[in-house]
Amino acid sequence: MTETGDLKLLPLEELHVAAGARFGGFAGWSMPLTYPPGVMKEHLHTRATAGLFDISHMKLILVEGPQAAALLRRACPLDPEALELSQSKYSFFLTEDAGIIDDLIITRLGPERFMVVANAGNAATDVVHLTSLAKGFDAKVTPLDRVFLALQGPAAASIAAKAGLDISGLTFMHGIEPKPGWFMSRSGYTGEDGFEIGVPIADAAGLATSLLASGEAMWIGLAARDSLRLEAGLCLHGQDITPETNPVDAGLMWAIAKPVREADGFVGAKALAALVAHGPRSKRVGLKPEGRQPVRAGAQLFDADGNPAGHVTSGGFGPSFEAPVAMGYVPTALAVPGTSLFAEVRGNRLPVSIHSLPFVPHRYFKG
Amino acid sequence: MTTWFTQDHEWIRVDGDIATVGITNHAQEQLGDLVFVELPEVGRKVAKGDAAVVVESVKAASDVYAPVDGEITAVNDAIAGEPALVNSGAEGDGWLWKMKLADPSQLDGLMDAKAYSAMIA
Repeated sequence: MTETGDLKLLPLEELHVAAGARFGGFAGWSMPLTYPPGVMKEHLHTRATAGLFDISHMKLILVEGPQAAALLRRACPLDPEALELSQSKYSFFLTEDAGIIDDLIITRLGPERFMVVANAGNAATDVVHLTSLAKGFDAKVTPLDRVFLALQGPAAASIAAKAGLDISGLTFMHGIEPKPGWFMSRSGYTGEDGFEIGVPIADAAGLATSLLASGEAMWIGLAARDSLRLEAGLCLHGQDITPETNPVDAGLMWAIAKPVREADGFVGAKALAALVAHGPRSKRVGLKPEGRQPVRAGAQLFDADGNPAGHVTSGGFGPSFEAPVAMGYVPTALAVPGTSLFAEVRGNRLPVSIHSLPFVPHRYFKG
Repeated sequence: MTTWFTQDHEWIRVDGDIATVGITNHAQEQLGDLVFVELPEVGRKVAKGDAAVVVESVKAASDVYAPVDGEITAVNDAIAGEPALVNSGAEGDGWLWKMKLADPSQLDGLMDAKAYSAMIA
């Protein structure tokens, strides 16, 4: 049913075919959407035990050199020098208008060595953007060819240890290079404890097999990855955040330390400062449909008097929340948990209420 | 009783001038776990090709089309409370609606089980 004509194939494609994956196109890649257990069981298994995700569509970009930190300070609203070795930080590439080109995780691997993890759909744009900024700096930008696997769930740490990975001392939002060519961080996109592990293609099948060997972790497709991240209140770039939205409205200013906001050294600094000064025009919020009917991306929102009140940017069903869940933008004055609104779906206006994020509590390992 | 199939993966089982309609097992496999089914009102008149039902999976909403013209005479209330019944019994307990046929000759344009199996193979 799905066209896979010009899509890139994952290096571990054969393993996914053998596991019975159903594939679909995403960001130019043919990706496993679901496996035989189906999205519901995959989602619940990740929260109960552990799931293994092939996220090789995402891009690892190495930034190194005497001015690597200075380049990243210019490219992101971030103070790379303030990162301790192995510390990771969520950040952005911004436009001059403070629109979000991409959201990223940046890890300091050495005094002059950083790993940037970028979204699949923006990888090419990000590499061009960063390479172009790098022209004024003594720093080298190298996109890496890696298989990137995410192991997520409460059993992730014990599974990783059984597979021979040394995770001792690695806490949430830290990353290391355990072997030449490997990158492993304690992070993820589900709200659960877990790891993201980038390895050279030659090492990938062996790693996947060893992580699945105990029988606890199972392959999880993109469909459950989306429902897991939505329950966790995490943004999907291209939907919840875009070059037309900014970190102030998106409620992501926690990712930008105060001294950095005032530093003025990064692309988008002036526009961001103006947005902070004016306060958000609209705010990203969680939305809980009151019935069983999901409310999906693109649905328009209305207040009780029928006035436009924003729109939905992500929506679906939350298997762990056991109800529909959504995220969207509403005028700041309405962005209060409990506020009742209506979402238009196929001509009907369905009651939804503003819900705090996340829908399902995060369970990160902070040591 | 004879069961017919459409290009859009609906089945229609005819008993006299009343037909029962659902989605095929192949269709439910493609859609994945259903979480919501929007059923039509009894008494609604539908034309062949009209979206009569919307089935929603975790990820997306999909229309189910009326295979022929007619009037809705019953809907499967059990699946409103338990949409997963459509996954577990798409061509049985997970039926969607019953309809009174307006023009039984429209059935002639549909596929039999053998032709449908060949189409999805």
